[in-house]
Amino acid sequence: MHTETAHSHEAMLFEEREFGFWIYLMSDAIIFSLLFATYAVMRHATAGGPGAADIMELPTAAIETALLLLASVTFGMAAVALEDKRRNAILVWLGISFLLGAGFLGMEIHEFIGLIAEGASPQRSGYLSSFFVLVGTHGAHVTAGLVWIATAVAQLMRTGPTEAFAARFKRLGLFWHFLDIVWIGIFSIVYLPGVLQ
Amino acid sequence: MLGKLTLHVLPLYSPIAMSGAAMELLGVLFIAALITWFGKWRYIWNEWLTTVDHKRIGIMYVVLAFVMLFRGFSDAFMMRMQQATALNGHGYLPPEHFNQVFSAHGTIMIIFMAMPFLTGIINFVVPQQIGARDVSFPFLNSVSFWLTAAGAALVLTSLVIGRFTTAGWTAYPPFSELPTSPGSGTDYWIWAVLVSGVGSTLTGVNFVVTIIKRRAPGMSLMQMPLFTWAAFITAILMVFAFPGVTVAAALLGFDRFLGMHFFTADAGGNAMNYINLFWLWGHPEVYIVILPSFGIFSELVATFSSKRLFGYVSLVYATMVIGILSFTVWLHHFFTMGSSADVNSFFGIATMVIAVPTGVKIYDWLLTMYRGRIRLTSHMHWTLGFMVAFVIGGMTGVLLAIPPVDYVMHNTLFLVAHFHNMLIPGSLFGLLAGYQYWFPKAFGFRLDEWWGKTSFWFWFVGFYVAFMPLYVLGFMGMPRRMDYYQNPAWQPWLIVAAIGAVLIAIGILCLAIQLVVSIRRREELADLTGDPWDARTLEWMNASPAPLYNFAVVPEIHDREELAWRKERGISHDAPAHYTPIEMPCNTSTGVLIGGAAFVLGFAVIWNIWWLAILAFAGVIAATIVKGSVPEEEYTITPDQIAALESRGSGPLLGFLSPLEDERGDHSTHGLLNSIGD
Ligand code: HEM
Ligand SMILES: [Cu+2]
Repeated sequence: MHTETAHSHEAMLFEEREFGFWIYLMSDAIIFSLLFATYAVMRHATAGGPGAADIMELPTAAIETALLLLASVTFGMAAVALEDKRRNAILVWLGISFLLGAGFLGMEIHEFIGLIAEGASPQRSGYLSSFFVLVGTHGAHVTAGLVWIATAVAQLMRTGPTEAFAARFKRLGLFWHFLDIVWIGIFSIVYLPGVLQ
Repeated sequence: MLGKLTLHVLPLYSPIAMSGAAMELLGVLFIAALITWFGKWRYIWNEWLTTVDHKRIGIMYVVLAFVMLFRGFSDAFMMRMQQATALNGHGYLPPEHFNQVFSAHGTIMIIFMAMPFLTGIINFVVPQQIGARDVSFPFLNSVSFWLTAAGAALVLTSLVIGRFTTAGWTAYPPFSELPTSPGSGTDYWIWAVLVSGVGSTLTGVNFVVTIIKRRAPGMSLMQMPLFTWAAFITAILMVFAFPGVTVAAALLGFDRFLGMHFFTADAGGNAMNYINLFWLWGHPEVYIVILPSFGIFSELVATFSSKRLFGYVSLVYATMVIGILSFTVWLHHFFTMGSSADVNSFFGIATMVIAVPTGVKIYDWLLTMYRGRIRLTSHMHWTLGFMVAFVIGGMTGVLLAIPPVDYVMHNTLFLVAHFHNMLIPGSLFGLLAGYQYWFPKAFGFRLDEWWGKTSFWFWFVGFYVAFMPLYVLGFMGMPRRMDYYQNPAWQPWLIVAAIGAVLIAIGILCLAIQLVVSIRRREELADLTGDPWDARTLEWMNASPAPLYNFAVVPEIHDREELAWRKERGISHDAPAHYTPIEMPCNTSTGVLIGGAAFVLGFAVIWNIWWLAILAFAGVIAATIVKGSVPEEEYTITPDQIAALESRGSGPLLGFLSPLEDERGDHSTHGLLNSIGD
């Protein structure tokens, strides 16, 4: 901060943003942990309606998991491409990540619509409210991630792989992988016990 | 088109609510008329509303806090008058209205008075104390402020359009659920809390990063002034605690708006879960509003005893320990919910343990004063008053931490007396003292001491007269939140409490007079040295008011009390041979727009005006995307400009009070720069 050259000034700003983003993610992680806790509290509050065993299907959850984890792998490939500043490769990998993420989201929406059609709506019971809100909050985050990827693509096309792009890309990566971790929590706390019942 | 909005939402149900609404509207119109009369809209917009300067944002927070203090106290005053007269009758407030009043009072005082006040002081002081030019994320800072203001505006709006919640500041379900609270009130509460809560979380992130990354060279963590330490721990608490209330309020909103069953009485809802979530935030929140004041007292004690702060390291550790423990005691707010005796004992003991680090602090402050050259200024009055009153409040807290005692005392006025005994001296006195202490750094002149001391005495005596009777009433079994009562033995005590409220009202009036008197006598009270109190920390090294970049040359730090260290050695400024250019962020209106859109979003959802809600939401998202996609704009202050500013001493921060004020050109970069003609 005391070396006044423009470059180090900018580098410091990027470093601060990354650090700040970590702190924000911690706050977000607490939101998820409270939703997990709420889900755990309400696991048996089915009010005579469908419970975990009735609404979960392992194949769907498995494919969703695969899509999301793959989207992280492809995002990692974009990061590798960014190392060598291969603009087109970054674009391609980001595009694939976007499609995989969108596929995940589409499946989730499909699952939700199916459940509601069967009468397992979030209004049915406390249990279902907690299920929809926990999984849905994750889905909302994925949606935000998709919008963010789209803006990153737009930025890349406009400016090329600049320092500013790289810094932003790094934060996007943190977010994207964070969503994997949350999903793994959802898979193992919500879906697995549900289907194993 | 307008959702549920009809003429019936106006406060026609009660003449008192109506006059309150009228007063509020007149207040807004009056201020708007004043600004128009003086032709200051451009100035206000360019120099204040769109600013990203941490000092100005800090000042705006404090202004907001004072507005809300006035409103929150008006509510308190109404309650005191009601209870003093409501024996066997109904007093002058119908129950429905009385319930809104205590709910609004609690919500406002905690979330829209104490929070903006402490956030404002942290904003104003911390960067200057650590030798930084601004916070790490100036734009985010502006967004945080406007989200807080949007939340406050929602609460104020509820007085005019619709009603406020009757479910208390805690909005406990199942009462706060739709079947029992069908009106708009709880929805206003939910949105006010959510919107401002996001603002506070972002403030927390901002200050964690600022304090970690922007300290001047040489300032290790253990060399940070104590107020900065307090701000640091407070910021961490904000980051980790606010998700609790965000989740609680959001899930309550899902129940109310989408018919879900998180906390309802039927279909598997679990109200106890809400109470846990709420207090997972609520107890840390108590420390969020108190720790900054502890930090302020630490600064004041050292400065006005002209002595090095005693036990710095123990104070730092005590602050950290309080921060950690504050997450381990939330259950003491609902011992009576019926957890097992083991669980209650655990939380009871954890609660008592907090008294230990707090006691350490009290002793450190006392030992700082011991053999110091104490100057009994108004600031010291607040500090000493705090120490006396807080110790009593702390002891009643330890009492309540014993679960069996709590079973007897909970929900009585004993509890109300206890938490006011912590919050008024512990939080508010500190914030008021901080306001009077740093005022010259903001505006270039001190506040009148006589009126400051007079205000203190009215507050201090008024506090005792207003709240000691409540301890007695608690022992006599009077529950809290009573609109009227049949027990004649309570009334004398309630009349005494009402007299206390009158004394506090005079104390508040004195604060207003102090401000007016000081503005009129500003030449006399001018601070030409930049260090009016012979203080010990870095923020007093600059001219008053501080230049917009704070430090023309970022200082090298040698000591915990850097300025005292320099004064002892006769070193003042690091006078440079030449200045280097400084880059500062440009003002932006995006913060105001996001805050405004958040207000509209909340309002539209509350009244089911869905097209407007979608529009406002899209606005927030679009602003975020656009702002995130373009690089932050900065402008450069050249060495010549710096030299000019530095030689002039200080700039006209409060433009409309200063003879140097200018109307030239547009203020798109900064009035201060324009005024030296670039
Ligand atoms: C300035 C003088 C003040 C007076 C005269 C006052 C008076 C009152 C009264 C009469 C009540 C209702 C008690 C009842 O339930 O019967 C109350 C509640 C409350 N006050 Fe204050 N108060 C003051 C300042 C504050 C401050 C500074 C804060 C916080 C920073 C605060 C926070 C609260 C809260 C949280 C409640 C509980 C509201 C509820 O029941 O939902 N008060 N106060
Ligand atoms: Cu507590």
